[in-house]
Amino acid sequence: MNTGIPLQYFLILATVMFFTGVYGFLTRRNLITILMSVELILNSVNINFMAFNRYLFPHKMEGMFFSLFVIAVAASEAAVAIAIIINIYRRFSTINVEDAHEMKY
Amino acid sequence: MINFNYTIWILLLPFLMFIFLGLAGHKYFPRFSGIIGTAGLAIITALSYITAYKYFFLTEKIDAAYQKITAANTVWLQLTDKLHIDIGILLDPISVMMLVVITTVSFMVHIYSLGYMKGEKGFERFFAFLSLFSFSMLGLVLATNIFQMYIFWELVGVSSFLLIGFYYQKPSAVRASKKAFIVTRFADLGFLIGILILSFNTKTFDFITLTDPSGSAIAQGSGIAFLGLSVMTWSMIFVFMGGVGKSAMFPFHIWLPDAMEGPTPVSALIHAATMVVAGVYLVARMFPIYSIAAPVALNVVAYVGAFSSLFAAVIACTQTDIKRVLAYSTMSQIGYMMLALGVSGYGGHDGLGYMASMFHLFTHAMFKALLFLGAGAIIHAVHSNHMTEMGGLRKYLPITHMTFLIACLTIAGIPPLSGFFSKDEILAAAFHHNKLLFAVEYAVAGLTAFYMFRLYFSIFWGKDTHYHHTPHEAPATMTIPLIILAIGAVFAGFIPFNELVTSDGKGFETEIELIVAIPSVLIGLLGIGIAFIMYKKESAIPDKLALTFKYSYKWAYNKFYMDEVYLFVTKKIIFRFISEPVAWFDRHIVDATMNSIANVTQNVSFRIRDFQSGQLQKYAFVFITGAIMLAILFIYLWK
Repeated sequence: MNTGIPLQYFLILATVMFFTGVYGFLTRRNLITILMSVELILNSVNINFMAFNRYLFPHKMEGMFFSLFVIAVAASEAAVAIAIIINIYRRFSTINVEDAHEMKY
Repeated sequence: MINFNYTIWILLLPFLMFIFLGLAGHKYFPRFSGIIGTAGLAIITALSYITAYKYFFLTEKIDAAYQKITAANTVWLQLTDKLHIDIGILLDPISVMMLVVITTVSFMVHIYSLGYMKGEKGFERFFAFLSLFSFSMLGLVLATNIFQMYIFWELVGVSSFLLIGFYYQKPSAVRASKKAFIVTRFADLGFLIGILILSFNTKTFDFITLTDPSGSAIAQGSGIAFLGLSVMTWSMIFVFMGGVGKSAMFPFHIWLPDAMEGPTPVSALIHAATMVVAGVYLVARMFPIYSIAAPVALNVVAYVGAFSSLFAAVIACTQTDIKRVLAYSTMSQIGYMMLALGVSGYGGHDGLGYMASMFHLFTHAMFKALLFLGAGAIIHAVHSNHMTEMGGLRKYLPITHMTFLIACLTIAGIPPLSGFFSKDEILAAAFHHNKLLFAVEYAVAGLTAFYMFRLYFSIFWGKDTHYHHTPHEAPATMTIPLIILAIGAVFAGFIPFNELVTSDGKGFETEIELIVAIPSVLIGLLGIGIAFIMYKKESAIPDKLALTFKYSYKWAYNKFYMDEVYLFVTKKIIFRFISEPVAWFDRHIVDATMNSIANVTQNVSFRIRDFQSGQLQKYAFVFITGAIMLAILFIYLWK
């Protein structure tokens, strides 16, 4: 079962990906980029699931199933989010989040 | 037992009429609303007369005394098991007598108004208000308990306010209506306090329980003392304060002369015959309490009445507006009635003053309404209120002249007209009770004769004034009520009040006491004689006299500066020393506290509102920072 790559490497990769995603989510103003950051966060979680499943409970499949679920949900979420973004673009001619504040006050 | 159930309609009919005329009159029959209102009042008048007949002649007496009958009663507001406010109808000699007075005068005034108010703007409104007034006044006199009386007491105040301010485009009328309402309302505060003290001590509002001379209500509360007077006395003085306001006694009389701004029929109905005697009626209604439990309060009634009558009579001698002369005359005559109640005892011949007061109320309603309606006919013809602009009118207004003369003779107390009998009883009652009060009233009798005939001679005789339009006699709708009331004024004196309306319901014997009657007739004739010399022909005597007694004349002419005193007290004292500091406190302490709280809140929120940016990403940043901090906390510090 030893593939030569220690578990910590996976976790470091996932952490870096996660915080990259968080950073992008917080700082970007472009809706598409925000969506991409969210995908990055989700994928870092997927890596964690797979790594823990593989290293800690090699005879079970729950981690894989969860990953599959997350991928499916992420795909549909992306579809919905892009639909919303397109509508926002049609209405405001921009996809900058700070310009879409009609309902704010 | 005779059925009095129908009396409920006496109360309901005018109310329905008010709603009907008030809502539909303007739109559907502006012309006929006068006829409809008058017809309705004719029915009520007929019902009242039937009631009076049945009550006085068909109802069985117990112990030769008229009983109080509760014709209808319903609980309106249940306060506790024992204490509840009812609405109902109470029939007893004074309420039945008042029914007759109110409906008669009101009916006459309705007919008269058909002519007087013809073509006025708001004709139907006028009749709607008259119906409202009739309703409230009838409710007042028929009240079974003191709280119902208070409710209707305020209602007559409202209808009086509405009718004084009938010409609401005239600033003086608006001012007068406000003045009347505020002054009487202020006095009613005393009435309410009196009711509260009274009902707190006796645990009842009901008149029959309250005024039962041998009942427990009178005994209660007469023992507890406050400032040297029993609680019952205090409550009766406060109740009387309401009566002082409504009946325009000194010192709350200032609204009555101004109330003459209203249409003349209103002055005749409300401010001469019915509403202003509500105070007298109130004291008469509570009379057993006054007489048995609160004799001090009864003395207050007597002295207030005597002083007011003298005060008003002196002012009346100097006024030139005919309606104002009549207004002061009304105040003076009501003073008489108050005085008569004040010098009366309870039961049998002791109750002479009580009977005399009610008698005078009745006759006064007739002749004073007649005087006012006559004055209305004169004003209608001459288009002026001032007697300086009149003179020699007897040629143009024969019917008005005759009826006015009858009314003047009646009020001067010339036998055998009705005023003689009632005034004589009052003077006799005062004579046996208190010589000082008798002397005052005796002088007032002379003054009354003088100022009434001053009025009469100045209007109908005196100089031949040149008029722009030749004055013409009023239409039949106006002269017929004059004639009917004149007949009433002549013959009302022969009604045996000593058999019908007495303090304990039992009749007693009276006779005309010559020792009182002869001097009172003589002083009346003397007053007429002086007026004859001074005003029959144009003469210089009045002006000379006015010059000789320059200062006293000026004081009386300016009504003893009572209005100015009121203005001084309210403006210079109450407004400056109480209202202004209170206003300052309100503005600079109460408001300022509230304002600074609001300002602080606003400033703080202005500073911190940036936190609520609406930017989801900022929130997310805070959230994630928090989550990371917590994670660090748990990992490194929470060992």
